[in-house]
Formats: sequence, structure tokens, C-alpha cells
Amino acid sequence: MGVLEVKDLEVSVEGKKILNGINLRINSGETCVLLGPNGSGKSTLMQTIIGNQKYHVDSGKIIFNGRNIIGMSPNERVKLGIGISFQYPPAVRGVKLIDILRAITNDKEAIKKIAKNINMENFFDRDLNMGFSGGELKRSELLQLLLLKPALALLDEPDSGVDIENLELIGGEINKILKKDIKPRFREMSGLIITHMGSIMQYVKADRAFVIMNGSIICSGNPEEILEGIKENGYEGCAECMKQN
Amino acid sequence: MHEAELSEELNKRALKAISKKSKFGEDVDLERYKEEGESLKKTEVSKADRKKLLDVGVQEKSRSGSYLQFDSSVLEERQLQGGIEVMNISRALKKYEWLKDYWWKAVAVNQDKFTAYSQLHRPMGYFIRALPHAKSEFPVQACLYIKKKGTVQSVHNLIIAEEGSKLDVITGCAVGEGTKDALHIGISEFFVKKNATVSFTMIHSWGENVIVRPRSTAIVEENGTFLSNYINMRKSGSTQMYPTSYCVGKNSTVRYNTILVAPEGSNIDVGSRTVLKAEGSKTEMISRVISTGGNAYVRGDIDGQAKNVRGHLECRGLILGDKGFVYSVPELRAGLKDLDLSHEAAIGKIAEEEIFYLMTKGLSEEEATAVIVRGFLNVDIRGLPPLLDKEIKRTIETSLSSML
Repeated sequence: MGVLEVKDLEVSVEGKKILNGINLRINSGETCVLLGPNGSGKSTLMQTIIGNQKYHVDSGKIIFNGRNIIGMSPNERVKLGIGISFQYPPAVRGVKLIDILRAITNDKEAIKKIAKNINMENFFDRDLNMGFSGGELKRSELLQLLLLKPALALLDEPDSGVDIENLELIGGEINKILKKDIKPRFREMSGLIITHMGSIMQYVKADRAFVIMNGSIICSGNPEEILEGIKENGYEGCAECMKQN
Repeated sequence: MHEAELSEELNKRALKAISKKSKFGEDVDLERYKEEGESLKKTEVSKADRKKLLDVGVQEKSRSGSYLQFDSSVLEERQLQGGIEVMNISRALKKYEWLKDYWWKAVAVNQDKFTAYSQLHRPMGYFIRALPHAKSEFPVQACLYIKKKGTVQSVHNLIIAEEGSKLDVITGCAVGEGTKDALHIGISEFFVKKNATVSFTMIHSWGENVIVRPRSTAIVEENGTFLSNYINMRKSGSTQMYPTSYCVGKNSTVRYNTILVAPEGSNIDVGSRTVLKAEGSKTEMISRVISTGGNAYVRGDIDGQAKNVRGHLECRGLILGDKGFVYSVPELRAGLKDLDLSHEAAIGKIAEEEIFYLMTKGLSEEEATAVIVRGFLNVDIRGLPPLLDKEIKRTIETSLSSML
């Protein structure tokens, strides 16, 4: 059964159409990557799934575990089991990272343990995202996601602006939450990972890939094959390929 | 007899200033207020009063001294630690003749009608002093409470930290249930001697019916530190003050922290000013101001008058109501090179983006707003003993939970 089904989704921002009828489905335990050039609508899709009101749903459905979640507030969606790690999380002055971790879970041991794994245990008393480096932002977001334990994890460019060392660490942790070491049908969590250049895919093995261009999914299939094609011919190659079909 | 107080010279200067309007804040007709309240006995402190006192930090335990004044009556003056003196000002002036060298030496008696009134009407008030090298183990508390309708509470306080001493003072000001038309005039003169440190934390909860006009000045000597924290989370009908510090000793430090909430009906005009007169002296002023419908002027003024001085002023305002305003006025003055003064001011509403972000962590919109407001007011006050820091946070938290 599909954990997430997006059907004919059209979304606009400030009157400008960004998504032109997206259709995609993520099965239970599956990890998918969403590839696409800048401005193609990747982040818009993710923000719409989590319920950012800036993104207006013109038509279509977003079905999560059998329920259409359009119209629900972000926190209601989180309670149903969707979690997100942002590409550019905002800084929140005066709010300590630990305050948010405690708002997410009462499990102090888990906070300590996961923070240690992800090299964030010295950041508890820092203002949330204030002055964090690129790698620290991603690790902080991932830490929160790991504590949230969502059924569907949305990861918006976990690999952008991150050095190799951090990428390896982040990739390892993503594998852990997505339980990539066991077969999909035994996994409890599904994932949708946005990546621009696919560097996270060296560490996280995706089951399927989607390519989004100009607000539409133009291609889906084997992640390695698709990424290889993009690396060879760029996203222009995808556009050409689309024309031929 | 108040020896120093009766000085002809001071009276003469005061008389000339009795009609002199204050530069800031609305004018007050002093004739409207009755000069003296009747004497209260301690038994007359009601349960409701006690609760209000607790709200502004007045408590029984963990204090190195305590002073409690209702209207013009002293209800309590206790010294609880060697080396720390606490007594009413009238007694102190009798006991120490040398106090005339401090009386009106930091604040000018003719500054305005309020200082003049104070000089001419025999104020009560407290005297707190740390003897040389004495260190207050716990804060000394001082409480000024207005209970009687139509009264004027006029106090003149002297706080002296002798050489090498460390003194923490917490002062809570509140008003009785239903008290109307009262006026509080508070003169406070601080003397921070060489290598001494004073932290002064003032919590105001005056309500909408009290006019409040504190006038305070600190003189800070070599290597001395004066730390002033002002917290006002409740409705405040008319409060105007512009506490000033003079760094007269080399490498002296002054820090002001101001945390204000102006609900509808509040009219607050609060500033902080430091005059850096000695080489290497420095100051930092941090304000966090929220208007939930009231008006708040937040002023800041740094005057650099010596070499290698440093000063920074930071004011952040948050507008949560549909009415009211925050008016931030930062001023810097420098007349010579080799110094460094800066300010930053920002006023805005809560960023939608931040609320949305916290909602994606599972918080409801209300919870997210509350977390952001709490964070906004969460100032890291440096140099404060942990106990006081905790008390300040608790005071803020109590008021916030009733507000949000």
C-alpha cells in the first residue's frame, strides 16, 4: 500500500503556478529520491506535503496512509507521522535547541544518545540554528527528525552545503532511520529525499527516483540509472528524452 | 533629624526646581497626592499583598538582608549576613554622618520636580552597604509597596559597595489590589567603589493606577562593575525613568538589561544611559520589549568621553497587539578617536516562517508562538548569580504563562 500518494497536485505561490499536476506514490518502507534542476518545484512539493500555507493547493490530493491531508495544519500532519528536515531552517533567537528536542520527545536518554551519534551534544544550549554552519544545520535537522520518528521522512537536500565528512555521517544516520539494512516490507519508515546533484546517493541507497522538471514528474525508475544519465547529459538530457517520448 | 537632608543649600536648589518638568514622560501634578500614608503594622499585610510580593521576588528564604516598606512605613529591615548593612535611610543618615558626602551626589537634586519633591518632603527609603571586601552570599531584597489610595510614596535609597565588595540586590515594587491614584518617586544613588561589583535587579508590577518616577544614578570607580536589570511584565499606567551610570574609574563596566512587556493601557518610557568618562571603561545595554497593545519608549544613550572606551546598545521590539507601539531611540555620542560605540535596533512581528517551522516539529500554532515569545525575552544576563538568574526567569515565566 502507498504511504504517500500525490494525485494531480497543482500548487501556486503568490498566484504563480509552480506544480502542474504532480503524480507520485511512495510505498511502505520505500525510499525515493526526487531529482530536479533548481526551480523545478522539488522544495515546493515537499513544503506542500508538510503544509506550508505559503503554497496554495489549487487542485489535487495528497493522501497519507489513506487520508487526504490537504487543509490540515503542519502539526496535525506531524502527528499523523510525517516529518521533515529543512534545507534552510530559520534561526529562532533565544530558543535553545534542547527546548525543541524536549518538545519533540520526553525521552531524555534518546536525546542524549542520538545527539552524541550525530555530533550535536554540544549544541543543546545554543540558540536554534543561530550561527550554525551548513553541516551543523543538517545535523540539527536530522537529530530532530530522528527523535520525531515519522512514518514518512521528508529530507530536503540533506547533502547541500555539506562537506564529505558530514555527508558520510548524515548518510549513515539516514540509513539508520530508514532501516536500509533490512527488506522494504519490514521497514517502518519511508523516505522522500530531495537532492540536486545526488551526492547523498553514494551513502543512501534509494529504491526509486523521480525526476521533476517545470513542476511535473517527467521520469521515474532506477535511481542509479537515472542519476547516471543526469550526470552524463545534465537535466537538458532529461528534457530531450521527454521530447522523444 | 535628617542632617544632610535639611541642608539649606539642597532645599534652596530643590525649591527652584519644584515646577521643573521632566524631559520625558507626561507631566504630573504633584499637588494631587497626599504626602504621608498612615502607619501600617506588619499584621496588616494581607494574604493578597503577600502574593503580590512573591510575584516581584520578595521571599523569606535565601536572602542576605531584607527591607520592606509599605507606603511610607518601614515594616521590616533585617541584616542577615556580616558585612552587609541594611537599614532605613533615616536611621542610616543619623548613624553615619559621612553619608552627607553621598546624599544627592549621584543624582542632581534639581534634576526635575520629582527630585525636588523628594528633597523637600522627607523621604523614607533604604540604605544598603557592603563593607570592604564583603561579598553577599544571597541577594539583599528591598521591597516598596503601595497600599493606600491617593498616596505618594517617596523614597531615597543609597546603595554603597565598598572597595572589593560584591553586592547583589533584588528589589520588587508592587501595588495593593484596588489601590488608585498613587505616585511613587524613587531616588536611588549607587556608589560602586574600586574593584567592587553591584548587581541590581528591579522587578516592577505597579499596575495601571500608579505613576512611577524613579531617578537613579550610579557612580562606578576603577575596575568596578554595575549591572542593572529591569523587568516589567505587567500593566504600567505611567512609568518614566532614565537611569544613568557614570564610569569614572579606569576599566569600569556598566551593563543594563531591560525586559519589558507593555499590555494595553501601559505607558512606559524607559531608558538607560552610560557616560564613559574613564579610560578603558565599557558598557552594554540590551533591551527586549513586547507591546501587546501598550506604548513603550525605549531609550538608550552612550556617551564616550575617554580613550579606549567601548559601548554597545541593542534593542529588540516585538509587536503582538493591534494597538500600541514600541519607539526605540538609541543615541551614541563620541567626541574623540580611539573609542568604539555601536547600536542595533530592530522592531517587528513574529516571523510566520518561524511559527511554521516550529509547527513542523509538532507544536501547535499557539505553542509555537509561546516558544518564540519566551525565546525573545530570554536574555543571557552575564555576571548574575545563578539563584537570581533563576528568579528572573521564574518571574518572566509566571507573567508569560498568564499572558500567552
